[in-house]
This record gives sequence, C-alpha cells and structure tokens, in this order.
Amino acid sequence: MVSLSASLSQKRNYPISEEKVALRPRWRGRIVLTKDPDGGERCVGCYLCAAACPVDCIALQATEDENGRRYPEFFRINFSRCIFCGYCEEACPTYAIQLTPDFEMAEYRRQDLVYEKEDLLIDSQGKYPGYNFYKMAGLSAGVKEKGKGENEEAPVDIKSLLP
Amino acid sequence: MPRIYIDNVPFEVKAGRNLLEACLSLGIDLPYFCWHPAMGSIGACRQCAVKVFKDAEDTKGRIMMSCMESVKDDLRISVCDPGAKAFRAQVIEWLMTNHPHDCPVCDEGGSCHLQDVTVMTGHDYRRYQFKKRTYTNQYLGPLINHEMNRCIQCYRCVRFYRDYAGGKDLNVFSAHNHVYFGREKDGVLQSPFSGNLAEVCPTGVFTDKTLKEHYTRKWDLTNAPAICQHCSLGCNVIAGERYGQLRSIVNRYNSEVNGYFLCDKGRFGYEFVNSENRITQTLIRHRTAEAVDEPTLMSHLPNILIGHTVIGIGSPRASIENNYALMELAGRECFYQGLPDNQVFLEQKIVDILSAGAIHTPSLKEIEQADAVLILGEDIWNTAPVMALAVRQSVMKTAAAHVQEQVPLPGWHDAALKELAQESKGFLANMSVLSSPLDEIAACQAHGAPDDMARLGFQIAHLLNNTLPAVDNASAALLQDAHLISQQLLLARHPVIIAGTSAGSEALIRAAYDIAASLQSSERQAALAFVLPECNSMGLAMTGASSFEKALAIVQQNPDVTAVILENDLYRNMPADLVDSFFSKCRQVVVLDTLHNRTTEKADVLIPVATFAEGDGTFINNEGRAQRSYQVFMSPDKVLKEAFKWLFEMKVIRSAISNGHDVHPDEMLAGLERAYPQFKGIAAVVPPHEFRIHGARIPRESQRYSGRTAMQANKAVSEPKPLQDDDSPLSFTMEGYRGMPPAPLIPYFWAPGWNSGQAVNKYQQETGGALKGGDPGIRLFRDTGAQPAWFQDIPDAFTPRQGKWFLLPQYQLFGSGELSIYTKGIAALSAAPRAILSTRDAATLNMATGAAHYTVR
Ligand code: SF4
Ligand code: SF4
Ligand code: SF4
Ligand code: SF4
Ligand code: FES
Repeated sequence: MVSLSASLSQKRNYPISEEKVALRPRWRGRIVLTKDPDGGERCVGCYLCAAACPVDCIALQATEDENGRRYPEFFRINFSRCIFCGYCEEACPTYAIQLTPDFEMAEYRRQDLVYEKEDLLIDSQGKYPGYNFYKMAGLSAGVKEKGKGENEEAPVDIKSLLP
Repeated sequence: MPRIYIDNVPFEVKAGRNLLEACLSLGIDLPYFCWHPAMGSIGACRQCAVKVFKDAEDTKGRIMMSCMESVKDDLRISVCDPGAKAFRAQVIEWLMTNHPHDCPVCDEGGSCHLQDVTVMTGHDYRRYQFKKRTYTNQYLGPLINHEMNRCIQCYRCVRFYRDYAGGKDLNVFSAHNHVYFGREKDGVLQSPFSGNLAEVCPTGVFTDKTLKEHYTRKWDLTNAPAICQHCSLGCNVIAGERYGQLRSIVNRYNSEVNGYFLCDKGRFGYEFVNSENRITQTLIRHRTAEAVDEPTLMSHLPNILIGHTVIGIGSPRASIENNYALMELAGRECFYQGLPDNQVFLEQKIVDILSAGAIHTPSLKEIEQADAVLILGEDIWNTAPVMALAVRQSVMKTAAAHVQEQVPLPGWHDAALKELAQESKGFLANMSVLSSPLDEIAACQAHGAPDDMARLGFQIAHLLNNTLPAVDNASAALLQDAHLISQQLLLARHPVIIAGTSAGSEALIRAAYDIAASLQSSERQAALAFVLPECNSMGLAMTGASSFEKALAIVQQNPDVTAVILENDLYRNMPADLVDSFFSKCRQVVVLDTLHNRTTEKADVLIPVATFAEGDGTFINNEGRAQRSYQVFMSPDKVLKEAFKWLFEMKVIRSAISNGHDVHPDEMLAGLERAYPQFKGIAAVVPPHEFRIHGARIPRESQRYSGRTAMQANKAVSEPKPLQDDDSPLSFTMEGYRGMPPAPLIPYFWAPGWNSGQAVNKYQQETGGALKGGDPGIRLFRDTGAQPAWFQDIPDAFTPRQGKWFLLPQYQLFGSGELSIYTKGIAALSAAPRAILSTRDAATLNMATGAAHYTVR
C-alpha cells in the first residue's frame, strides 16, 4: 500500500505487470452490443438501456428494415461518462448490451471515448448464447411468421366460428 | 352531494357519477380499461372491480364493477380489499395469457395504459404455460399501424370509431376468444378521426405510423403545450421533439375546446416542421453570394427600411404577436391582411357580430351540449373537423337525453342508453354546397348554391320572428325545409347555428345571425358559431386591417414602397395576376416565412422564421379564444427565431429607439392590448415569462429523459450548456418543478403510476371536467346582452348565367391545407386536383366523369 508518507519517504518504481488480470465473466467492463444466434443485430432499439443509465451516456435512434425488424440506426455510448454500473445490461430485454471483463480503454483524448455502434458491435452472442428476441416476440419482423414463435398458436381464422 | 365511504374514509362525491369516476376524481388509483370519460361505461373489461358493502356491519361485501355502479349516499366500498385486489390482478393475468412479448418493440411502450394497469395490479410473472393466440395484421393506411396480437378486447376502438366518431369501416369480427378488431379487408381507414385510435386503444394495437418513422419513446421527447396550426378551432396539442425534429403530436386535453380528441390533419400534419423545404438561410437576392449572415442582413436592412414607405402584409397563420409586431413596424395604416377583399369583408362581418356580443358564440363543448344544430352553408366536416365531431355528439347526446327523460338512467351508462335510444337522434340540419358524412345523422339536409342556402336561412328567421321579411318567390321545398327546421329549433333549449366563410357568402353569415338572434329568449339560450379558414384568422380579422387589394392600390400610386410580407403565400389567397402586379410595383420585398413558396421566390430579402414548434405565439380561434402555443425546441440553426423578434429588430432600425433587450411575447401582448382595445385581456392568457414555482421552471423533459451526455457527444464530448428559454417559464431540460403546473403550462400528462396519457385524470378537477385551475385560453368576445341589430336584405335565388361559371372552392380535410400536405401520408391520401360539375352542366359540355382535360378560360 502506498500511503502519503511512504510516497514521500522513498521512491520506488512498480513495473507494469505483463500478466493479464484474471477477471470473472461477470466483471463489469467495456460494454458491447452482441448478435443473436442467427447473426442478426440483437438490439431492437427499445431505449430501455438509455432510460436506465444513471448518467445518461447512452443515446440511440431506432429504425426498421423492410421487414419491420427494429434495430438502432445509431447507438452511442459516451464512455467518458459511463460508470460501468451495468444497469443497461440489467434493463436490456434482448441480451443485446453486455458488459465485458475488459477495462483497457484508456485514451489520450476524451473524444475518443465516444463509441459508436461500429465500435460496440461484436460478432458474438456474448454471455447469453441462444436467445433470439424476435423468436419470442409476437410481431413478425422477418425472423418468424405470426404463429411460428416458440409459444404461439397458429393465427386465428376470423371467419371461423368454431371454438 | 352524496357521501360515500371508501375503505372507511368518508368522501363527498358528485351525484350522478359512477364509483370509478368518483374514485379517480378523488385521486385514488383504480385500474380500468373499457370506461372512457368521453364515452361512458359498458362494463366489458372487468378491470375496475371494487368491494361494495351492504352497510357498516357487512364485512363480506361483494365484488362489483365500479364503472357500472352509481354513487349513492352512505355507500360503503373498498378499493384495497384483498378480494377486490386479487380479482383485478386475476383479470390482468388472464389478459396476459395471450399478450405478446412485444414491449421492447411496441410503440406504446412507455405510454401504455396496459403497462400501467399491469404494474398497478402487481402482476409480474406469467404462470400460464400454454401457447398464445395470434392474429394477422391489416394494412390500415399510411397513418395508423395495426398489431392485433396486443389486443385485450376492451372494445374502446370500435366504440370510439363507430359510436363516437361515426366511422363505418372499423369493426369487431369473429366470436368468443377470437374477436378481431379491424376492417373487413385491408385498406385505408376512412374516418378523419382515425388517429385517435392510437390514444383510445389502451394497448399497442393501433399506433401512430408517422411516429414510427422516427420512433421516440414518450420519456425521451422534449414537449411543449402547443396549438394546432391546421384550422381555426385551435385544438390543444402536445408537440414532442427529439434530435432537432418534431416527432409527434398528441392530444392535450382542454375540456372547453377539443376534449380528448383531434382530427387526423391536426395529429399527423406536423411534418412541415421537418421539411426539406424549410427556409434556413437569410438571403439577400441579386448578389453573388445570396446567403448572408445576420450581421450582414442587419446592415443591409436600413437601406430598405429607412427613408421608404414600409407596408406590412399580415398573415392568418402567423401568431398574433407576429402580426402585431408587423403592425408596429409598418404602422397601423400601412398594415394589410394579405387576404382578398371578399374574405376580409366576411371576416369583418363575423368580428362585428361577435364583438357586439348580442349572441353568444359557443365553445366546442357547448356545441356538444346543444340540443339542436343548424349548419348553414359551411362544410365543417372538411373545414373544422373536430367541430363536426362535436356536432355528432350533440345529436347523440340529445337522443340519450330524451331517453333519460323516460327511463332514469345515469348519463355514463353508455350501452343501456344506446340500446334504448336505438336509431333516434337529436336534431341536426346540414346545409352545405356538397354533401358530407354529417348528412347521415342529419334530420334535414339541403345542398345548393350559397345564396339559396342563405334564402332558406332568412325564411327560417322569418318564421321565428315575423318582424323579419319573408323570402320572395320561395320554392315549395324551401318553404317546407324552413318550416321543419324552425319548428325543431323552437323545441330546443340550447340551439346552435353554425356558419362560416368557406362558401364565400356574406348572406349566409347574416342569415345565421338572424336565426340565432330570433331564437334567443329567456328560456332559450341560442348560440352562433363561425368557422374561419386558418389558425389565427380570427386574430388577424380582429385587427380590422384592410385587404390585399388596398395594399395593391398603394403600391400602384407610390413607387417607393418596401413591402414586408409575413408568413403569407399571397399566391394561395389571391389571383396570380394581382400578386404579380403587386410585386412588380414594390421597390423592395422582404418576406419572412417558414417554407419556400411562390411568394418567397419574389423576396428581395428572405428571412427564415420559426414555426409554431420553434417559437412562442398566441393564436385566436374561431370563438375568439386566445391560446398560447409554446416553443417546443430550439432549432440547432440559431437564425430561426419568431418573426416578431425579427420585426422588432427591424422596428428598432427604423425608429432608432431600442429598449436594450430582446422582446418577449408577454411584452408584445401587453403592447397589443394597449394599442388595440379589442384585444383586452389577452396579456393574461398565460403566466408571465418569469413565472416560477418555488423558484423552479417547468421542465419540457420528463425525469426519465435519456441520453443527454451522449446525444451530441459525436460532435463534441463536452456537453453543451443547456439551452435557456427567456420567453417562458418552461425549461429545455429535465430539471425543474415536478408537481402539477398551471394548466396553460402542461408540457405532457404524466403522474406516478400513469405513464400513459390516462394520467390526464390527475390533472382534471373531476374526470372529464376542466383542468385544475381552469382550462387554458382567454375568450376575447364577451356577451354584452345588447339588443340584436337585424339584417334584412335577402339575396335572389341563384340562377346560372349564360356562358358563365359560378366557381366555389371545395375544401378537403386532406389536401386543402397549406402545411399539412407536407406529411407524406396526408399527401398520399389527398385527392388529385379536380373540378366538380353538376351532371346537367357536364351533359351540356358532353363530358363524362373522369374527363381529364378541359380548358377553362
Ligand atoms: S436495452 Fe437492449 S435492446 Fe433495448 S436499446 Fe438497449 S441494447 Fe438495444
Ligand atoms: S401494448 Fe403495452 S404491454 Fe403490450 S406490448 Fe405494447 S407496450 Fe407492452
Ligand atoms: S384494439 Fe385496442 S381498443 Fe380495440 S379492443 Fe383491442 S385493446 Fe381495446
Ligand atoms: S379540428 Fe382543426 S384545430 Fe382541431 S386538430 Fe383538426 S385541424 Fe387541428
Ligand atoms: S372499466 Fe369497468 S368494466 Fe371496464
């Protein structure tokens, strides 16, 4: 431990360790956006992470592709503000946003701590493999048809009076 | 007042209400779905259960639907009773067995009535293990999105669309747990009130498609209380912005004006604010570099403003502050309306009638409460849609009131009243040039030339008041209609007569006045409503300024005129040759406007100004109600300030006197009131700009507004200083007073537990009543009780003249609006330009329907 008196009384250099610190998967470091099992962007642009963020450092704009699949047109995290609380991950209903055990993010310029979607998106499902929101959701957005989801009946035939 | 006990606490409540209304009015959170304050109860959703006890000794009680029980003296109920709570939780749990896992991609999320109620009842985990029912969706047109899986079968949509608004093409299909709310087949929703489905439906089945194009959650919008810009009724709206774009318009409740509903032009017609066609640069034309910055412009302006005659052309769509600033710049005598002679004359007649105050002019709420309505020559379906909706309510409510006289049923008991009333209707006579959907509920209708309708009006007036002359050479049909209508009007206690300027006939206005004045008596309170074309037509007309033709005469005499034109595309209002000759005679033309148009092309100096979304302004609606529309956002482009600020600076240039600070709308209104007594009282329309509550402003942003340290971080990582608003008590941030603001300053409706618009209950004195502290707006016309001055000259019947055409405009809800047409969906639904001929004329011209070309000279 380096206390004030110790630092005044003697000079010592501590070498930077070449060994990476072993961090647990749940360690809350650099934030990423993951992909679903089919390789599609997981984020559906619901804005919940942005709303949950206590320092308001997430901003995005949702948009839709021709199938009605919603995704972020842009997704920005200002890491110079982020406090790595993990609330965004907690809030995310699709497992898209995840915190990773990587803290080596130092930059010389603060502006370089602003990450856009290209900087955040990784080609992996991260900690939660197997989940595809659009298979669970009711609406059809080019991933599954109405009634073809995991827990869905075939669409109602409204012309039929049978029970 | 009956006293009821809610969970053993006594409360005084209003008689004639149901228990749900009583609880909500007292501020008690009781979940509900199918009840709607404007539509009453049907007891369909079973969500509003409470325990009702026989007497103080009864401890068991029984579960009843609070929306279906009247308040009674000494009634004991419990909202918190465990049985009632469990019942309500169970209803939600049942609804949720089929509800899709959609919230993250559902546009309702964050303002969802179903989310509110689900959280309120405590339901969280889905215990039901089986599959969910699904439905396919329909294409409902460019304005409304359909996602039927989310339906909870509350029936609000069809009750609004069919029963309340008279639409036909939305219905409920199929049976038992398969009921489906949609159209018979895919297609555009036909009702001009379809947009209200997005607010009426408690779920995300119906949502705003224009919002979807740039989707933003409610909590992320910067909101302000604004006034609809698309007709003269001045419906109150909440306008929301994000990333420098106006993103949505939702209803802002005002019990006197629009109540809970808007028309589709008002709701969706906002895209002009975001248009590519916006003027964003100050221009000085005829130079190599036309786009100039503000200092260059300011140094140029003295050249054209000083030492020349300056005339001002005002605008019916610019705020009263803007028009007044121009009057100040040009001088009272050199200010013109920028409207043709005939229009100015008609509007002046209306202002004269209303300011005399002999006849009351009704609010939309009073029209709803009328027991007989006569529309004389105005196509309100297209020129004042929410007024048409109010007229429909009057017809339906009068029928219900007749039923209530026979069977003592409370007014909220919608299903029972409808069942008893069946097809019976209150009295409506609809006279207009062409037929409109209002005809379906009209007991009497006639379509014809304006003069013929005016003659009918005069004959009615004669029957009501025999000191007025009878109509000469009246046809049998006219006499019969006049007899029927006058009889029905005499039976009424609150008859309303509606007229307007769209048929271009002064005789109609006079006839309507004579009828209303004849009906006025000690037991009958008659009212007379006028419809004008634009959102501030009334304000401009009240200035009493003269017409465009007078301005033209000036420039023809005086070669040294600088014309300052305020937010007015003269080519829309006047024949092109007159306008061309006007411009050719002006020495310099300064145009201040929001969008490029043919008039702005003629400007020597073009100045971009704020729309209603980027600036403050007060608009005076058709009943003379002054209402403030607040700035929603600050344009990233600083130059976009309100026209009155530019005009004030120009006045400083001209008079070389400055008060040393920027001018606030408050000061403009105070000045207006001093200079023009007809505007007396207008300065009190809103609290002054320095108004604060406990030292705090009222925030335009919700406390959950997200992204403020990231929204602009791509440009610069240090957050910019929050924008300041010197003109109003509202702030552009999320900090400020979180309690209930005064009614004119409500930027959005939100209350703890109520993220959806249903939070409005908390802002009302009682459900469906006035906002706390009184509804916003100040009426400038006062009833004086003066004796009516009668009009007498009756026009001759219309006879076609050989070789001449009598042209009348046909207004279209979608298509006639100068601004609303910038919304893609509205443009897509607008009819192509067309001329309509009578079949007889078409036959003489040998033309068939759909003939594409015919040259008119
Ligand atoms: S919470 Fe998840 S899905 Fe929603 S916007 Fe954030 S990252 Fe995307
Ligand atoms: S309707 Fe409400 S509860 Fe249902 S998916 Fe949409 S936001 Fe969620
Ligand atoms: S569509 Fe909406 S309003 Fe209509 S029944 Fe379903 S939930 Fe109710
Ligand atoms: S009726 Fe007129 S003021 Fe009201 S929403 Fe429609 S266009 Fe706007
Ligand atoms: S609100 Fe009472 S039953 Fe629906």
